[in-house]
Amino acid sequence: MAAFGSFAILLGLVLCAYNLVTGVIALRQIAVHPERSAAPERLAESARRAGIGSFVALTAAAFALVYCAFTNDFSVSYILHHSNRALPWPYKFAALWSGQEGSLLLWAWLLAAYGFVLRVRHKVDVKLTAYASTILAGIQVFFTLLLVFAAPPFAMVQGAVPADGFGLNPLLQYPEMVIHPPMLYLGYVGFSVPFAFALGALMMRYPGEKWIHITRRWTMVTWLFLTCGIFLGAHWAYSVLGWGGYWGWDPVENASLMPWLTGTAFLHSVMMQEKRGMMKAWNVWLIFTTFMLSILGTLLTRSGLVSSVHAFAESSIGSWFWTFLVIVLSICLFTYLRQRDHLQSEHKIESLVSRESSFLFNNLVLLAACFTILWGTLFPIISEYIEGSKVTVGPPFYNRVAVPIGVFLLFLTGIGPVLAWRSTSFKSVRRNFVWPSIAGVATAIVLMAAGMRPWRDIGTLYSLITFSLAALVTTAIASEFWRGARVIQRHTGRNMLFSMVQLTRRNTRRYGGYLVHIGVVIVFIGLAGSAFNQSQEQEMGFHDSMTIGPYRLVCQSYTQDSNANYDSEYELLNVYKNGKFLLQMAPERRFYHASEQTETMVADHSTLQRDLYVVYEGRNPDTNQPIIKAFINPLVAWIWIGVLVMAFGTLLALVPNMSAEQAARTRKSAAGTQENIPLAAGVGE
Amino acid sequence: MRRFGIQSENGSLLRLWLEISVACLLLVFTVGAGDTAARYENLGHKMICTCGCYQVLLECNHVGCTVSTQMEGELRNALARRDSDQLILQNFVQKYGPTVLAAPTASGFNLVAWIAPALVFLVATLGTALLIRNWRLRTVPMPKETATNPHIDAIREKIRRETEL
Repeated sequence: MAAFGSFAILLGLVLCAYNLVTGVIALRQIAVHPERSAAPERLAESARRAGIGSFVALTAAAFALVYCAFTNDFSVSYILHHSNRALPWPYKFAALWSGQEGSLLLWAWLLAAYGFVLRVRHKVDVKLTAYASTILAGIQVFFTLLLVFAAPPFAMVQGAVPADGFGLNPLLQYPEMVIHPPMLYLGYVGFSVPFAFALGALMMRYPGEKWIHITRRWTMVTWLFLTCGIFLGAHWAYSVLGWGGYWGWDPVENASLMPWLTGTAFLHSVMMQEKRGMMKAWNVWLIFTTFMLSILGTLLTRSGLVSSVHAFAESSIGSWFWTFLVIVLSICLFTYLRQRDHLQSEHKIESLVSRESSFLFNNLVLLAACFTILWGTLFPIISEYIEGSKVTVGPPFYNRVAVPIGVFLLFLTGIGPVLAWRSTSFKSVRRNFVWPSIAGVATAIVLMAAGMRPWRDIGTLYSLITFSLAALVTTAIASEFWRGARVIQRHTGRNMLFSMVQLTRRNTRRYGGYLVHIGVVIVFIGLAGSAFNQSQEQEMGFHDSMTIGPYRLVCQSYTQDSNANYDSEYELLNVYKNGKFLLQMAPERRFYHASEQTETMVADHSTLQRDLYVVYEGRNPDTNQPIIKAFINPLVAWIWIGVLVMAFGTLLALVPNMSAEQAARTRKSAAGTQENIPLAAGVGE
Repeated sequence: MRRFGIQSENGSLLRLWLEISVACLLLVFTVGAGDTAARYENLGHKMICTCGCYQVLLECNHVGCTVSTQMEGELRNALARRDSDQLILQNFVQKYGPTVLAAPTASGFNLVAWIAPALVFLVATLGTALLIRNWRLRTVPMPKETATNPHIDAIREKIRRETEL
């Protein structure tokens, strides 16, 4: 099977290379001699089919690697180092992306899968798709080259084959790890498609904004995958790493956040191009940057340039990524310089208080956040180069620099949607912001009356600002829904809920977007809770107790267990709240046989108000008693709820709008025997 | 009665002074204790564990990590010696190197780390504001409609709002 896998990768490389070369030749001929288009079109078609074939070949390679993992083929070096016989089957499947070679194969396969969909749906716009397909083939060539020369996943073990593998990294033996990396990769890789379309459209001087319409769904789906991937990673870190937090500003985490920030900026900025023909060059560079940041993130973490807790990802393939990045940047720059006259804006911003301005500032803040993170990630290298000594740029730096930017972004989340395109009158500003502002101020007053003291420390101050802004933004968005639904209610006579559903169905993109904003607000509320985290560490033998927040933890027993994959130690803790028994928790520590590594399994009791998060830290060598660390983490559950709302909003925005006829039919059926009221009726009522 | 009264007054005054003194002592000790705990938390979050995990010192949760245990012990000892925050951090840097600090110091070249993001943000904000202003100045204003009817304007405004849905 290993030989089959290697052959499939090689075949994939040949097909991608064919797609690239013939694609370039065909497109060049079509561009130079448009009158003789039959032969080049046939060539372009053969390139497209080769691209589809590369997906089949790389699927076969990915299947071969998974097959080797399931059949415990330890003659394959990758399987030997990332699997073992006792490994449960879902993790054998996850072995595909648990190491360098496998994750690169996953990347190449996902890229081929995206390419497959793009090439199958080529009739959307044959010529533009041909350009995008050729560019995508170029990216595919790079990744398959890596698989053939730099990180072959089917390399064989030299000498005698061990009877069992070294096992999977214990940190990765967690259910979310089965879906977190593919989600993240779907996000990273997915940005290749809008990148390819943008570059292709620029190369062929594509008229109009159709390429944005074509790639809109690609971008949104990709953004959704990346969002889910990032937060699944945060949830995994929270559940597995056992330090009580979900985001540590590790370079690998930063690497995933940077393209997300620029991708979010792009999603907002393209609306200006669609609606007003503005910001064309900006948008092109945003998507170029997003794609390059995906590559840069991989380069930073895999080349060992920056130190990371994701040490398993380090290797010597950095030079490959450097070369690729330089080539991509050169092509982007060259194409832009040649075609920049094609990117002239059709309109200019007319007012500082307008939707366009708010998008511009939103982009500015998102890029400032991206720069801050990139700067913080790279500063240790810069410092070492200039000063000769490395420094650490950890959470205190990001908390001080990135948090204010995040709070400002939250403010813009509420401001932007209620401003009108072109220009917003003072009257409109007053009408739209009076209630949200009152809600924001009232929230701050209520919270301070309830005991929040913002002058005590900076964390509490940021929390108070976040809660107030959350109230402001929620009220602003809710009032938008309310105003729109009231108009529909007047025409249909149906209730408010029906009217809101109708309203959303008529413009899913707009109202789906609002829901995403609500999701962001909820996430921020969850993040703001971290200012009030508490923790306590204690040695806990039989019947010892610990009080933290409203909970009392009492040790019932502590014991050991063993199975084929690992040995474990755990403590049974009875949890009481207000003197009443609430639940039993069992924080655990595992020792994995194959990898000979130890891992903690956190016990978490999550409610909407707070999480009780308990870690078994090990035993005191002097007393042999277990050491328990308990955390009270307020509002954490809201982070995960917020992500679900964001995902729902994005999915809603992907649903096509209800057509005008459908809307009229619904209005008629709602009105029943009543006559259909004209849209603008009732003026002066 | 009056003597007793005076005695009683003196006694209550004495009691009051004693109570105030005890309260002050308690305050000093509790504030001191709270301060030390807060300083421990604060300083422990300004350093990272040097075992290679790159986690904040007080958040290092490696089972059996002897490095963080030792460093936490050193921090407690330094606080017990009543060393200043500055001195404690200096001593740690001397012993473990500059990478022990979780964030760059605000001095020398490291100051650039703190200034650059703020500077970039400021320049970009000013640049954007100037850009918008420039665009606005270059935009030719549309001629105003000559005759306006408030009733028609109201209808137009309503149509505009409703068709925007």
